[in-house]
Formats: sequence, structure tokens, C-alpha cells
Amino acid sequence: MSLKAFHIVFVAASVVLMAFLSGWSFLSYQETRSSEYLVWSLCAACSVVGLMVYGRFFLRKLRNISFL
Amino acid sequence: MEIPYTYKARPDTGLYNAKVGIWLFLASEIMLFGALFSAYILLRVSAPVGFWPDLALAWPRGLLNIPIGTFNTAVLITSSVTVVLAWASLKMNNFARFRVYMVITVVCAFAFLGIKSFEYNDKFSHYVVRLKDGKALTGHIEVNGKHPGFWNFQDQWDVAKLADQKVDKIKVEVDPERDIHGHAKKHAGHDHEVREIAVSDIQFLGSYTPSTHPFFAVYFLITALHGLHVLGGALVLGYFAFPGAKMWKSNPEQFINRIEVGGLFWHFVDLVWIFLFPVVYLL
Repeated sequence: MSLKAFHIVFVAASVVLMAFLSGWSFLSYQETRSSEYLVWSLCAACSVVGLMVYGRFFLRKLRNISFL
Repeated sequence: MEIPYTYKARPDTGLYNAKVGIWLFLASEIMLFGALFSAYILLRVSAPVGFWPDLALAWPRGLLNIPIGTFNTAVLITSSVTVVLAWASLKMNNFARFRVYMVITVVCAFAFLGIKSFEYNDKFSHYVVRLKDGKALTGHIEVNGKHPGFWNFQDQWDVAKLADQKVDKIKVEVDPERDIHGHAKKHAGHDHEVREIAVSDIQFLGSYTPSTHPFFAVYFLITALHGLHVLGGALVLGYFAFPGAKMWKSNPEQFINRIEVGGLFWHFVDLVWIFLFPVVYLL
């Protein structure tokens, strides 16, 4: 597996982690009603979107560099 | 005789020697970290009821600082992006940009280690006090007017040492109370109050060190091992960025392969953290 392919795997794992963090923070918000957790959950959700956009950009930008 | 496929890929597999080598090495690393993760899970699920999570303290929930852990996660994700961009810069024949991305990667690695050492410092100087009435509290302690420092292991206190030194009372700067989910309870004006506790009321006193709870034993073992990998990776990538970069002039193809192999190791180290963070910080 090339570095390019491993990077895609890594970004996918990071997306899953951030989605989990977002869900965990939202559950904590429901338990505590503390707005900190809600902000945390929204930030993690935004990073999910950011990482997905980055992954797409990365694949396009490095289309001609190395195999997957 | 020249060794074949040191930098040219073997036509039938598409792999050069170093790539086969790094994947064999990473396979052994997966087994190492996999065994430690398994140990953590087995210790936790087989722990007696009320011990892990701890009924009195909700341990390990709420023990670690989640914002700091999340920031460190972001630092490592950034370093993975920069290491792959460094490799891509070389592929595009742009050495100056490669060096900039590599320096950012190494700075991220040392930032991660700096933040981790800050966390370690806080844990080693933190204490749990279990009282004979079943209650428990945590915080920084003061013995004979002094705060024990984490850097001096002879300065670590327990009940036997308190009795030995004929200490009657200690002061505890108490952490905010937590519910069973580890969330800090809201009670304005009572955070970090200082309480004086008679040594005769204390059943157990221990700092946040491996001997105090299995959680700390596994936490320190896995995170320290991971930290050593980060340090090793940062040194190798730093070498490639400066003294090792001479190869770019003599054999650019082999140099690009070296960066790819270094990048694969770095991604593995970051991937371990992606699993480690939710396991020890969130669950």
C-alpha cells in the first residue's frame, strides 16, 4: 500500500473518530445540559465535514502522483 | 554485486525492498499495540463491579483532559497531512516546499510531546484520597506546608509514609465533584476548596501513578510507548529534512522512497493515536 492510499485510510479513520466525538459530546450535552458539550459536538461535526472536503481535495490534487 | 530493487520497484509486485520491510515492521507493531489494547479491554471488562468505573470517583471517566487530548489529536492529524504533502512536493520536484512541510511535521511532533508531558506532570502531582467512611476525593495535596513534586519520586506520599513521618493532617485542594458519567457537578463557589483531613481517617492515599489503579498502569504504558514512537519518528523525519537530504542530489528516486517509508511509519503512529484517544479519554 502506498503512502497515498494509507493517507486516505488515515483520513477516513479521522472522520470516524470526529463523528464519534461529536456523538459522544452530544450525549454528554443531553446528560448535563452544559453548552460546552454542545459547542464541542458542533466543532467535531464541522471537522468531519472539513476532513471529508480535504480527502476529496487530496485525491484530486494527487491524481497523477503514485497509485492508490 | 548490486542488491536488486533497493529503489526501483520489482516489476511483478510493484514494491521496492524498503516498502516490504516497513510493512513487515508495521505488522509487528500492530501486534504490539493490539496486545496492549486487548490487555486494557480485558482488565476493564473483568474488573470487579464498582472498581472500574469506580463508584466513588467515576474513574476513569473525567480523569483525562478531553480538550487537551482533542487538541493533540488535531496536532497529529495536521502532521500526517504535512508529511504526505512533503512527499508529494518531492514527487513534483519541489525540494524547498518539501523541507517546509517536513519542518512543520517535526514541530507538530514536538508540540504533541510537549503537551503530553504537561499532562503527565499534572497526573503525577495529583492524588486520590480514599477515606475510611467509603468516600473518596481527588486533588493536589499539601504535606507539612509543601506540595509534593512529581519529579522527585522520593517525594511521593502514601498512608504508611505519613504515619512514618508522624504527620497528623494533610491539606487537599479538592477537585470538583463528578457524577457517575465523569461530568463535573455544578455547585458554584466550591471548586478547588482546600480541606484539612486527619491521617487517621485516610484508608488509601496515592498519586496518579501506575501502582494506584490499573487504568493508570495501562494509560502510562500505552501513551509512553506511543510517545517513544513519536519521538523516534520525529528524529528520523528531522534527519531526512536536513542532514539526510543530501541524497536528493545523488539519488532522488531512493530519497523519495525513504520519505514515503518514513511517512508510512508516521501515519501508523498517528493511526494508533486515533484509536487510543477515544479508548482512554472518552470511554
